Amino acid sequence: MSAPVIKVRDLRREYAMGAETIRALRGVDLDIMVNEYVAIMGPSGSGKSTLMNTIGCLDTPTSGEYWLNSQEVSTLGDDELARVRNREIGFVFQTFNLLPRATALHNVELPLIYSGEKKSERKRRAEEALELVGLGDRMDHRPNELSGGQRQRVAVARALINKPSIILADEPTGNLDSRTSEDIIGLFAELHDKGQTIIVVTHEPDIAAHAHREITLKDGTVFSDSLRQAA
Amino acid sequence: MPVFEAVRLALQVIWNQKMKSAFSVVGVFIGVTFLIAVVTIVEGMNNYMEDTFAGALLGVNTFGVRYRPSVNVGDTPREVWRSWRRRPRITFEDAEAVAAGLSVPVITAVESESNASVDYEGTTANNVRIIGASDSYFALKGWNIQEGRPFTEQEASFGTPVAVIGSELAEVLFGNSDPLGRTVRIRNFPYRVVGVVEKQGNVFGFSLDNFAVAPALSPVKRFVNPPRIVDALLVKAETDLLMRAAMAEAEAIMRRRRQLRPATDNNFELETSDGVLDFWSKISGVLLAAIPGLVSISLVVGGIVIMNIMLMSVSERTREIGIRKSLGARQRDIMRQFLVESATLSTVGAGLGIATGLGMAKLVAELSFLPASVAGWSIGAAVVLGMGVGITAGILPARKASRLDPVEAISQE
Ligand SMILES: Nc1ncnc2c1ncn2[C@@H]1O[C@H](COP(=O)(O)OP(=O)(O)OP(=O)(O)O)[C@@H](O)[C@H]1O
Ligand SMILES: [Mg+2]
Repeated sequence: MSAPVIKVRDLRREYAMGAETIRALRGVDLDIMVNEYVAIMGPSGSGKSTLMNTIGCLDTPTSGEYWLNSQEVSTLGDDELARVRNREIGFVFQTFNLLPRATALHNVELPLIYSGEKKSERKRRAEEALELVGLGDRMDHRPNELSGGQRQRVAVARALINKPSIILADEPTGNLDSRTSEDIIGLFAELHDKGQTIIVVTHEPDIAAHAHREITLKDGTVFSDSLRQAA
Repeated sequence: MPVFEAVRLALQVIWNQKMKSAFSVVGVFIGVTFLIAVVTIVEGMNNYMEDTFAGALLGVNTFGVRYRPSVNVGDTPREVWRSWRRRPRITFEDAEAVAAGLSVPVITAVESESNASVDYEGTTANNVRIIGASDSYFALKGWNIQEGRPFTEQEASFGTPVAVIGSELAEVLFGNSDPLGRTVRIRNFPYRVVGVVEKQGNVFGFSLDNFAVAPALSPVKRFVNPPRIVDALLVKAETDLLMRAAMAEAEAIMRRRRQLRPATDNNFELETSDGVLDFWSKISGVLLAAIPGLVSISLVVGGIVIMNIMLMSVSERTREIGIRKSLGARQRDIMRQFLVESATLSTVGAGLGIATGLGMAKLVAELSFLPASVAGWSIGAAVVLGMGVGITAGILPARKASRLDPVEAISQE
């Protein structure tokens, strides 16, 4: 079997809050293989977002080791981390995090701007990605001219645009009704079928049910980690 | 991202926040407007003084041998005035001796003038400059004869009562009809009009076209000067250098004629346009010296305003910055985005200032006798200053933006 996409050992993240120290992650060990579809669950405050941000190179762990595609992330400088976020990670957030004044097309183009693609190439690929998520007819719409589900699809298109090693989705359906949630989850299933590695944080068992592996966090540690028989 | 695209995006942001942008560039705008307006007027004055004023009144590469200066700038003490009055006047003989004695190739002409009225069949033009001169006077002045001809050497030596008149005088006396061959009366003496000089415009509101030139020996000699006296011998050379050489010769000739001892000062004047231009350059120097101070104050204030607005903008757009970072923007990408934005903002302000400054200068020129002339360097300086202020003012905000923690930034409301 090939090396894991993500390999985490004894990962800790602590926040100093005055005299108190908050331990958001207290030693997490994790291996995620290519084309796995993982759901992370757990009570509020158990460290799910902290783990996602760390895996996504947005946050730096207090201690522990993290390899992304066999590269030790803690050795990377600022610019290299930006490169990893740009090329290896596709983030999907609960609150979409689109630029409000920019069109769907421009929002999807953003990662390509930072990877230095030419304008024509950017446009072509962004259009392609929007077609893929079924928004070919909404390219020039701004976020406030789109429904919640459409916004999240723009965000998914943006996450996919640089063909990342992994998609990290932190409660991607948290702001959506159950029908639109199904749409987004359907989209993830499609991507997974095409070979994409995906981690989804969710509170909803229905959503988690689509994943092939379910990890539960509790108090900043892995409480359970189980494979689910594909339905 | 290529710079022009970054600028285009910056312009979009600026346009989206018109009010805030307008407010933030007020300082730069005022500074640049002031810079451009003052420089344009001063530059206009420079050209005016050099070309029109000094050129038209005193002549390019021309000096006059006079008994005292004709143009006085600045303060002249009483005793100097008194000594000028005691000087002997310049005579026809002086003029002839100098003209004959110069070895440098030059054009020379005598000139005497006085104001008088000119009549033509019941129409009277008042306060006309009546000039008694040599036939070479027109060539020396570089005047174009628009109709007719200058008077001839013969007419000059006979003192024939003929006149070459300015275009304004022609207009006043004859309207649209042809002045050539008509007889005008100056101090009750008839003169035949033989030529009209092309329009020359005015200096500080004084017309340059309200004159009549007649041979120095014609009857004008009775009132323009005492007998045998001229106002000046004018000498024009091809170049400044030749003019200086001719001046040295003229000085030597005059000193010899007047038998001045080496220790004695000249009791005559060799007048060039230098004096006027020196005086003007002092005034313009003062005006231009005030610019850096006033402009830099408004630019510094403008820079501080831009900096604060950009800092505000960074806090307002913290989330945007977080999003960009999560998508792979490096520190330098964010830094650049905000620097380009503040530089563009301030350059736009400078651009508006340039337009307004030029507009103001043009308006002043329209409404007053002050001339306006655009100095290329001032526009270059305004653009560079605008951009410089923007970049300088943008450094701190851009740095702050680029160093935001992505997780914190993205979780802002
Ligand atoms: N910037 C921070 N400063 C201090 N404490 C923090 C910070 N971010 C997170 N925490 C704390 O770390 C712990 C884990 O937070 P985290 O956001 O990872 O939880 P979560 O599992 O994502 O919860 P939720 O399901 O509510 O999103 C919480 O106790 C939280 O209060
Ligand atoms: Mg969370």
